[in-house]
Amino acid sequence: MRLEVIARPSLWRMIGFPAIALALTVVFGSALALLAGANPFQTLGLILRGAAGSQFALLETLNRATPLIFTGLAVAVAFRAKLWNIGAEAQLYAGALMAVLLGTGALGWSPALLLPAMAGAAMLAGALVLLGPALLKTRLGVDEVVTTLLFNFIMLLFISMLLEGPLKDPMGMGWPQSSRLIPDARLPRIVDGLRLHWGFGLALIAAVLVWVIQSRTTLGYEMRAVGQNRQAAEFAGIPVGRVILKTALLSGGLAALAGFSEVAGLRGNLTLDLSPGFGYTGIIVAMLALLNPIGVVISAIFVAGVFVGADSMSRAAGVPTYIANIMLATALLTMVLAIALTRFRVRWD
Amino acid sequence: MTADSKTQGPVLRLDGITKRFGALVANDAISVSLAPGEVIALLGENGAGKTTLMNILFGHYTADEGTVEVFGQTLPQGNPRAALAAGVGMVHQHFTLADNLSVLENVVLGTQPLWGARLDMAGARAKLVGLAQEFGLAVNPDARLGSLSVGERQRVEILKALYRDARILILDEPTAVLTPQQADALFAALRKMVAQGLSIIFISHKLHEVMAIASRVVVLRHGKMVGEVAIADTDPRALAEMMVGSAITPPELRAATPGPALLELREVMTQDRGTVRGLRGVDLALRAGTITGLAGVSGNGQAALADLIAGLERPSGGEMRVAGAAPANWSVAQALGAGIARIPEDRHKTGTIADFTLTENAILERYRDAPFARRGWLDWRAARDFAQSVIRAYDVRCPGPETRIRLLSGGNMQKLILGRVMEVSPQIILANQPVRGLDIGAITFVQNQLLAARDRGAAVLLISEDLDEILTLSDQIHVMSEGRLSPAFARGTMSAADLGRWMAGEGFERGRDAA
Repeated sequence: MRLEVIARPSLWRMIGFPAIALALTVVFGSALALLAGANPFQTLGLILRGAAGSQFALLETLNRATPLIFTGLAVAVAFRAKLWNIGAEAQLYAGALMAVLLGTGALGWSPALLLPAMAGAAMLAGALVLLGPALLKTRLGVDEVVTTLLFNFIMLLFISMLLEGPLKDPMGMGWPQSSRLIPDARLPRIVDGLRLHWGFGLALIAAVLVWVIQSRTTLGYEMRAVGQNRQAAEFAGIPVGRVILKTALLSGGLAALAGFSEVAGLRGNLTLDLSPGFGYTGIIVAMLALLNPIGVVISAIFVAGVFVGADSMSRAAGVPTYIANIMLATALLTMVLAIALTRFRVRWD
Repeated sequence: MTADSKTQGPVLRLDGITKRFGALVANDAISVSLAPGEVIALLGENGAGKTTLMNILFGHYTADEGTVEVFGQTLPQGNPRAALAAGVGMVHQHFTLADNLSVLENVVLGTQPLWGARLDMAGARAKLVGLAQEFGLAVNPDARLGSLSVGERQRVEILKALYRDARILILDEPTAVLTPQQADALFAALRKMVAQGLSIIFISHKLHEVMAIASRVVVLRHGKMVGEVAIADTDPRALAEMMVGSAITPPELRAATPGPALLELREVMTQDRGTVRGLRGVDLALRAGTITGLAGVSGNGQAALADLIAGLERPSGGEMRVAGAAPANWSVAQALGAGIARIPEDRHKTGTIADFTLTENAILERYRDAPFARRGWLDWRAARDFAQSVIRAYDVRCPGPETRIRLLSGGNMQKLILGRVMEVSPQIILANQPVRGLDIGAITFVQNQLLAARDRGAAVLLISEDLDEILTLSDQIHVMSEGRLSPAFARGTMSAADLGRWMAGEGFERGRDAA
């Protein structure tokens, strides 16, 4: 079996194969619903309605998509330069930590100053968290997949220590949670009375900025060149090590904004269940988007919709929410295969 | 030995082989037959379909049409094991040997059952030593492969095929890595094999070799078989024209007017880096208005010298002067700033970024400078205009500047690299294997560009493994061996055989002792 490159894929291939992938995901999800003893059509309908069937559902989906856009962008930026950042989860918590440190009364500034300061501090913290593994990679050749992955656990245990110790909310009835942010440190809602907060707006702005950086600046050009062909980049005089470090700073900063936005926009305090794996799901989001920053927004909303829809379906139909995880995994695998099939023709010989 | 078969018919018959890759017809109804004890040469330019044809024969590819017969039996397609069992042995251009095993282990590898109770190493050793003696292919069976020279590795590769009782041997560009003297030794061994009744297919694009070893020539061009002649009935010139499809005009040469040395090396050393051999005290002067040719068997320090001049490597000893001054922190940026045009050895891996467009590749060395960037912002219009001008001036055949460069042929890719570096009228030009793998049209174009640069006063360093190219273009020639550089030889003072002796390392000891 061999793969042949298709120079110009036809429209039929570009639409057909992803459509088949989506259909396979639906079929697989239906089969699971059937196994769980539910009517598959009803289950899928409930998921769809739960994700986008009402204004409330839609806004819930967008809220859930917000941290995924940030972590998806973080992964997309890093992977584009072949920096395998698996540690968006740790960077997210670093950002959340900074939001709590500055936002619980330590600074008595007006929101116009306080919120940017929190966001800036969060980005800085996230960037520093990824800088370590990036330096180990460029200086000593240590595999960043291992270091960034392990850093997730270090960070989670560190946060846990803080929440049991110095950051523990005195009014928290003994729960491991931080004090609540002061009202001025909360991200306002985009429209009064609707649950969607400005974190979503910030995420959209971040996506556009990342797109501009990648396509219009010398830094973006360098990051793509290093990712595509490191040897040629070195030959052309691109400072490969420095580019990887800059990429790490940008990627870590973006992931940290997810933590800031969750704390300041949604939760109001820091707990150990702040992120149900947004850092890891960001990898799926970025891969589904083919590392395109605008695509990240779309795929984050899709992924969030599946989760939110499955939650709501689970309450109504009694099918476990794990179906969401399985459907997303199926979607990722089939979509990756479909995208490969739009670019390559399989020869059986 | 000629094609008068004794009792049986041909040992090998390729009949109407056609192979398409998408729209490209790599092999178009090619029929070749090989008699026992015959050497046929498969001649053609890069991309003519030689390697594709041999890959079909050996079972790496399946043909869309046509059949392969070995000793009268039709060979099942796409099955290298069947080809091996039928007695076909292939010596690839890039060796398929394991560095960490001994010669004997490499030869035995894959011939004995994986789950067998024990290996019969004594028998294997006897057979290997016998074969080596019979054909004059001396190797030490216990030497670790990693410690062998390229020529020795090739012997191992050939012995591996003979050990498997190959009766038909396919050699893919076997002399590319050899000095002329080593090539002669290889030919002597091949003649012994032919005398034993083996048949050989010899793939090459070097005409004098083909004339020396083959009894019959099959010429391919653009996937088609354009000629089949007995060596006795042809000459190199006729073969070249058959291969290219038109009369060949050698590049026009004007007398050189040497100027001052623009780049000088004195006793320069560099560190070994992995498989890249460092320099061991190199003296070199690149003068304005001259082409300096650098000959040598690959892997003898040419890569280190190229990296040094390109700014990727710094001297660990000795002195380097660029335009009269010794640079402090030598780097790619400094090399570019000093007006050094760099044509890298591997245009796919180091010269271009495959998934970048022509525009993006055109500005690869200057993306930070005006007019392509201002304060970190890229000006794509300026970049596209530059790419357009290179495409026009250097005749890069492509759908447009927004095409990804991976879709271009090697020749057009090289023209883009050439345009990228030549557009700024460089003073020093580092041309590392600038025409390797190109067709004759592109070769002539690139060589004429280098000559034109020389005539307007640039200093050119031409690194090549092709002695004919070196001898034709260079005003002075150095030979490199084991990181050392020979003295400069003026044009016309050395023959290919003379250079070959230096390539083999002769002459250096005396020269180095005096220093």
